[in-house]
Amino acid sequence: MKSTVDKSERRFNNILLLSALFIVVLLLAILLTLLVASIPAIKTFGFTFFWGTTWDVAGEKFGALPFLLGTLITSFIAIFICIPFSISISIFLGEYFKEGAFPTFLRSSIEVLAGIPSVIYGLWGLFLLMPIVRAIEMQLGVTPHGVGILTSSLILAIMIIPFSASIGRDVVTLVPADLKEAAYSLGATRFEVIKNIIIPYARSGIIAGILLSLGRAIGETMAVTMLIGNSNFIPTSIFSPSNTMASVIANEFAEATGITAASLVYVGLVLFFVTTVVNVIGNYVIKKVALEASKEVT
Amino acid sequence: MKDHTAVRMIKDKAFRVIVILLACFSMLPLLLILYYITRNGIAVINWEFLTQLPRPIGETGGGIFNAVIGTGMLIVLSSILSIPFGITAGIYLSEKSEGKIANIVRLCVVVLQGTPSIVIGIVAYIWVVAPFHSFSALSGGVALSIMMLPVIIKATEETLKLMPYHLKEASLALGVPYYKTILKVILPTGLSGILTGILLSVARITGETAPLLFTAFGNQFMNWNLFKPIDSLPYRIFYYAMSPYPEWHTFAWGASFILVVLVLAFNLIARGVAVKWKVQF
Amino acid sequence: MESTVLKVEDFSAYFGDNQILKNINLDTSSNLVTALMGPSGCGKTTLIRCVNRMHELIPGTKVTGKMYLKNDDIYAMQPIVLRRKIGMVFQKPNPFPMMSIYDNVIAGYKLNGIRLKKDEFDNIVERSLKGSALWEEVKDSLYRKGTFLSGGQQQRLCIARALAMNPEILLLDEPTSALDPKSTSAIEELIVELKKTVTMLLVTHNIAQAARVSDFTAFIYLGELIEFGPTEKMFTVPKDKRTEEYLTGKFG
Repeated sequence: MKSTVDKSERRFNNILLLSALFIVVLLLAILLTLLVASIPAIKTFGFTFFWGTTWDVAGEKFGALPFLLGTLITSFIAIFICIPFSISISIFLGEYFKEGAFPTFLRSSIEVLAGIPSVIYGLWGLFLLMPIVRAIEMQLGVTPHGVGILTSSLILAIMIIPFSASIGRDVVTLVPADLKEAAYSLGATRFEVIKNIIIPYARSGIIAGILLSLGRAIGETMAVTMLIGNSNFIPTSIFSPSNTMASVIANEFAEATGITAASLVYVGLVLFFVTTVVNVIGNYVIKKVALEASKEVT
Repeated sequence: MKDHTAVRMIKDKAFRVIVILLACFSMLPLLLILYYITRNGIAVINWEFLTQLPRPIGETGGGIFNAVIGTGMLIVLSSILSIPFGITAGIYLSEKSEGKIANIVRLCVVVLQGTPSIVIGIVAYIWVVAPFHSFSALSGGVALSIMMLPVIIKATEETLKLMPYHLKEASLALGVPYYKTILKVILPTGLSGILTGILLSVARITGETAPLLFTAFGNQFMNWNLFKPIDSLPYRIFYYAMSPYPEWHTFAWGASFILVVLVLAFNLIARGVAVKWKVQF
Repeated sequence: MESTVLKVEDFSAYFGDNQILKNINLDTSSNLVTALMGPSGCGKTTLIRCVNRMHELIPGTKVTGKMYLKNDDIYAMQPIVLRRKIGMVFQKPNPFPMMSIYDNVIAGYKLNGIRLKKDEFDNIVERSLKGSALWEEVKDSLYRKGTFLSGGQQQRLCIARALAMNPEILLLDEPTSALDPKSTSAIEELIVELKKTVTMLLVTHNIAQAARVSDFTAFIYLGELIEFGPTEKMFTVPKDKRTEEYLTGKFG
């Protein structure tokens, strides 16, 4: 009877191992698929793809610079807008108001916000944000597209605030109480304790949170697609319609063929690499911060 | 030594006010979004909306029945594809806390989780749509299941890691083989955590649109065939929102209301399961 | 010449509805060590934290009565001004891990926004580290972060940080209970040495430590001050029966 148990045991362990390896194989397959499908484009354009400024479907000449710029500009503006708000929420929930009805309400709201699908943010932005931006543009005498870099950056910022705020709050609560006490006992005000002790101590966690939010923003598709105006030209101002790497794929891939499709997959490959690098670094730092914090508890 | 005390106290109070203001201000988008969805969405929802199919352009009325069913089918399909692999991989990782393979797998999970959904859509297109020369529910299910995997794996690993060692010991001491201990003792005890992970991953993919844009693709009509395009709530919302017809815009709000309710419901149930079904030690 | 540094008058402290301290009265005189001892939960830590008003950082606390720091009403002052005049050393050594040893010593100045010239700071750092008997061991690594120091050294760094502010009184809340015996005796020697220049209030649950280093002792039990007097006298001829029972280990 022992040998049947051994056999079952071995079979069980093999199944576990195979499943685990399946994950690795899956990821490699994804990478390989992207590479192979973009080969026609890589062969034709090589690295000039990255600074090519025209995306010409008819003439079959493709350069991804407009989308690299679109992604970079919208993501950075979004992060820039998001930082003061998410740090405020982090400090609000992690330091000033840790308990109580309102903090619980705020925390739940943040979780609900984080769960709302991107396409719904896009819908809301289309009917409520766009008219506002259009009105601003008319005031300023700019072509009132309503959509473009500004609008999509705004919706991106709204979307990443919940995510970065919850990371920030976790990181702020990890600061050991005895360090804060030491600072108070030396005569510091609460603001000084936050500025000189909490923020520097939580610094790497905060940066990791920003990195992870950046990764989210870069890969964000639907809301951006709906609000960025679908223009394949290099954006000239914050009011220009544009496209990000994600949104150009969303707009064009379904009907693309041949070299167009390969170029879009090439864009997807670049997108994949950028988000992977940002996410892996962010995750690594967060893991280190959590590890250090667990060591403090003696 | 100049005494800056007064200035410092002012800075302290000012900072507190600013933090409170900014934190409260950030609640505004949530309130606005929920308000508009509820206000515009509820107005559209009626029995016809929920049970009828979309009418062609120009005709009024109709509903989103196919989208609701489609979303349901996609959820079932992607769950079937992802749950077995997700749980078993999660068990593997919880058993092997060290080890090169385990760490590589963990890294892959991190990368998978951060991969943009549109990139996964491209891959599903190449794997399932191109060979069959047709958009299909199957390809949508494949894309969504890839997105569910990391969440399920992480939830399983973390839940099982929390299981106290004495539970295993008790079973092993009774002569139960190790693999049976995992299957019959550890796994059932950790069921609530694993179920929570599954529900949360379902909540995540219910609202996903990007990978469906060129896999499931969307369908005016009702479709039960896995190899043909299928409609879904997110896709319909996108399609109607970007259209020029005001009536379709109202439908988009209605569909959004249903979608938000669905996603929130999954999240709440997940939380409920985590709390109510949790085995206490 | 001795003078009263800290005067506690009819002082009570509450946490919610719980009364933790009941009508405490005591004085400490300059250049002496006054020990607060008693069983766990008796209120000695609460008392010492009321002196520099750290107690009020916890919501739900209330105090009545008066405390004077050299004729100034402690509870009438701005807390941040008060805390600059009082130094505190905690049970678990807590140097700031993100700062170098040098910056840790002058942290009190930096945090309070007090700007001095570099050589003034250099003098303060040297003086404080010498005062806490740490100078020789760290003088060549002042700009390194303090995390490589041992527990006992970290605690001496915290003492230096407190001494740097020239406090009128130094509060020590069980400063050696997290340290090994060797570091403990090093700190005790330091306390005896510091007596010449600093007034100290020491909370300890270690009766022998109180006997070794303190000049006056207050025995606190269930929030009340049971007995207060010169250490030697109290330990040899305690006036209250409860004091005697505590000293002979019958409880606590």
